Amino acid sequence: MYTLRLWSVRHARGLNRFYQGFERALVALDPLWRRIGYERLERPVAAVERTVKATLFDCKMCGQCVLSSTGMSCPMNCPKNLRNGPCGGVRENGHCEVRPQMKCVWHQAVAGSARIRGGAEAIRAVQPPVDRRLTGRSSWLRVARERAGGQS
Amino acid sequence: MIFDDEPVPGYPLPILPGHTSPGRFERILRAGQFAVTTELAPPDSADPQEVYDRAKIFDGYVDAINATDGSGANCHMSSVAVCALLTRVGYAPVMQISCRDKNRIAIQGDILGGAAMGVCNMLCLTGDGVQAGDHPQALPVFDLDSMSLLETARTLRDGHHFLSGRKLTYAPRVLLGAAENPFAPPIEWRADRLAKKIAAGAQFIQTQYCYDVGLLKQFLQRAEDLGLLEKVFLLIGVGPLRSAKTAEWMRKNVPGLHIPDAVVKRLAGAADQAREGRDLCIELIQEIHGLRGVSGVHIMAYRQEESVPEIVQRSGVLGGRVPWYPGRDPQQNSHRIAS
Repeated sequence: MYTLRLWSVRHARGLNRFYQGFERALVALDPLWRRIGYERLERPVAAVERTVKATLFDCKMCGQCVLSSTGMSCPMNCPKNLRNGPCGGVRENGHCEVRPQMKCVWHQAVAGSARIRGGAEAIRAVQPPVDRRLTGRSSWLRVARERAGGQS
Repeated sequence: MIFDDEPVPGYPLPILPGHTSPGRFERILRAGQFAVTTELAPPDSADPQEVYDRAKIFDGYVDAINATDGSGANCHMSSVAVCALLTRVGYAPVMQISCRDKNRIAIQGDILGGAAMGVCNMLCLTGDGVQAGDHPQALPVFDLDSMSLLETARTLRDGHHFLSGRKLTYAPRVLLGAAENPFAPPIEWRADRLAKKIAAGAQFIQTQYCYDVGLLKQFLQRAEDLGLLEKVFLLIGVGPLRSAKTAEWMRKNVPGLHIPDAVVKRLAGAADQAREGRDLCIELIQEIHGLRGVSGVHIMAYRQEESVPEIVQRSGVLGGRVPWYPGRDPQQNSHRIAS
């Protein structure tokens, strides 16, 4: 939802702090996830993740979440899917070239990242191209698995 | 500037130490010359002669010619093909690559193909949205963005492999460029974006049209503070405005274009608006020429290409230097072919 998406950027600091704690818990529970089986968890967890993140961020379930590096403004809402900063077409009022009624996702991201501790540095990292195979899959589980260093 | 090792047109120059391409555009930049580039509007045609006719207009006035890749999301002859035609006779094209129409498989193929055809300069762009052009019903691809495209091209060149890891037998020797718009929001973050592009592999930058030198100076100052000016060749975009009406239309319809009111007012008050537009462009070029950290200008004169020679000449920024064009050095080449 667009209004809630803008709210999330305004509250980027709190949301990011909450997520950091949540992520630590996810990673700590890796042994449990492994016992149940990551693949078995994939569908239900992805469904929950989709509901929560679609509400807060208009998440598109790219499966490789970078919200912490983009000030809680989801870059997949950019009509050009830009993952590395705004294009050159941003309107003078800070709105999108393609969808004039929408605020530029990256204009928002720059504002949001300034609110997050370490956000100004995180947004400068060059993001790799999206792996389209991960679309629709849970980013949370992927992070838990990768950070814990285990195999599924 | 005449190079001793100037090849027969159509063949690459030797790659000098510290250079990444066998092109003369990189040589001009690294020699510290004030470079002039321009843009060739690819024809709506399959006739190669139309490309040569359009390039000839710039003979002796520009160091490189950008071949646009479906600019404004309008359909034209492809940039790879325009570049292949231009390199055949020795021109130094800048092949524009947009992420809008091709995925990473097609783009990597084009980078290899372009380099094989003698393209030494590639400009990595995101591209305009399809809604801007004559095929708004098309699928916007955007598999990569300008930043990951830069990294991809650099991987091919320096890593000698595809994104998949598969090895190349011969890597593309190219100078990599990117675009920047110092005049669009978020203005305070534009230099940071430049830093990111440099980190991703950009060696030269061509900017959006500049009509506001004040904003450009702010951008350059911020770029200097970030230590970027020594790391990249900056070419500032300029272009003649035909009339106050055109200026009004452009600022309403060209995404990310910033034209201050004073500019429109000045044009509106002139007896010959087209001439005033060229004068304004020349003044901008001269002002930009004096700025620290600027390596040249990129003149975009869409539908006014014939005004480019006059603008360059009257600006005086080439200082008597005659950029290479087919037939510039008849002596040298006849000697080469004979020997």
